[in-house]
Amino acid sequence: MLSILALTARRELLLALRRPAEIVMPPLFFLVAATLYPLAIGPDNVLLRAIAPGVLWVAALLAALLGLQRLFAADFADGTLEQALLAPHPLLLTVWAKVGAHWLLAGLPLVAVAPLLAIQYDMAPQALGVLLASLLLGTPVLSLLGALGAALALNARGGSVLLALMLAPLYIPLLILGSSAVHAEAQGLGSGAHLLLLAGLLCGTAALAPWATVAALRVALE
Amino acid sequence: MNLPYSSTAANRRAPHAPRVFSYAAPRHFFPLAAALIPWFVALAIVTGLIGLYIGLLRVPADAQQHDAFRIIFVHVPAAWMSMLIYLAMAAWAGVGLVYNTRLSAMMACALAPTGALFTFLALWTGALWGKPTWGAWWVWDARLTSELILLFLYFGFMALHASIDEPRRADRAAAILALAGVVNVPVIYFSVIWWNTLHQGASVSLNSAPSMAAPVLAGMLLMTLAFWAYSVAAVLRRVRCIMLEREGSADLLNAKTEGG
Repeated sequence: MLSILALTARRELLLALRRPAEIVMPPLFFLVAATLYPLAIGPDNVLLRAIAPGVLWVAALLAALLGLQRLFAADFADGTLEQALLAPHPLLLTVWAKVGAHWLLAGLPLVAVAPLLAIQYDMAPQALGVLLASLLLGTPVLSLLGALGAALALNARGGSVLLALMLAPLYIPLLILGSSAVHAEAQGLGSGAHLLLLAGLLCGTAALAPWATVAALRVALE
Repeated sequence: MNLPYSSTAANRRAPHAPRVFSYAAPRHFFPLAAALIPWFVALAIVTGLIGLYIGLLRVPADAQQHDAFRIIFVHVPAAWMSMLIYLAMAAWAGVGLVYNTRLSAMMACALAPTGALFTFLALWTGALWGKPTWGAWWVWDARLTSELILLFLYFGFMALHASIDEPRRADRAAAILALAGVVNVPVIYFSVIWWNTLHQGASVSLNSAPSMAAPVLAGMLLMTLAFWAYSVAAVLRRVRCIMLEREGSADLLNAKTEGG
């Protein structure tokens, strides 16, 4: 079981590494999107510090939506997904491996880039720490729910707009918790409760979303 | 004859099966829906008129909010319906997913636009109420925000269903999305308790005496009944259209002439 998980994840990572441009895309988008706000709003440090948590979280969420459509599309097109469905091991393992690889390739880079943006927005060190913690807890949720959306959109027309329309309402609780954790820390209220709720959200999504994703893939493949 | 299903299915019904299950077949449900629609339309009109008469003409103006409070007779029932219809839609979608019945998926599909309509109505009347009482059309309050998310959930459901060409596959994919979105409904319902923001607490609850005058409550319940009846009528009408679109009209139209 574990070897299948590891092999599938390794395959995903290898495939992605062969096309490095796609790995660079989400963090680059994150940087560009978050840079646009100060240009549009004006370089007022107080204002920027106030809007930083929300802006960075929204930008991270949009960046995570970017490559999602391709998560299952290539494997669906060339029949690999069908083979995974027919294989003796459960489809759930494939989903887990893909979600894990997606998080490593699209979620973790966002966390890595976040400090750079935090400097641009003049965030306090503690607030930065909470931002990193909230992104570490939150980006896996983006990948888990994103996989569900990508699986549902497999047979659909409408592409990334449909994906955004489906996923935005599901992402909103995460967005609220993530940005308010940083807000609370910046205002000196402490962010423990928010981070615990985020961790709870992660546990709940990790328990339920892969099952729903498998169901959605079965619908697409039937 | 390439009918999508056997027209003799009803005759092979097990003798002990309750008659009501035979209506799960679109062929039998189609005439039943046609027979029910006028009754629900009439009920909606009668209760709606009485409710509006009580709400707009009989109930005196509120001491604090004056006439502005009268929107309660549309706003609260619409908000109830918006959540209830989502639950009903998700339940039908779930039944369709588990038992693979066509009618339940069609019901889920037919419920979505009415649910979205009531969600929009709740948001819109809330804005009309908010302007004179809070001084703002829109506030980023927990209940308003979560109700807006509900509207987006309806849109997501309809958009996903519309963008998959095969109806059966669209049904199942949209059903999974509807079930994933169900998490949001308790959040809306309890939002006035969990977050102490601007929106007022629940006006009516089952386990305490109503905090409002009896005529106001009566008017509100009548309007709720009217909205219920309207929803049932609209959904039945829409489900009949969906059936005609999907099942091929000839068989259903025959059933209509046979069954009335």
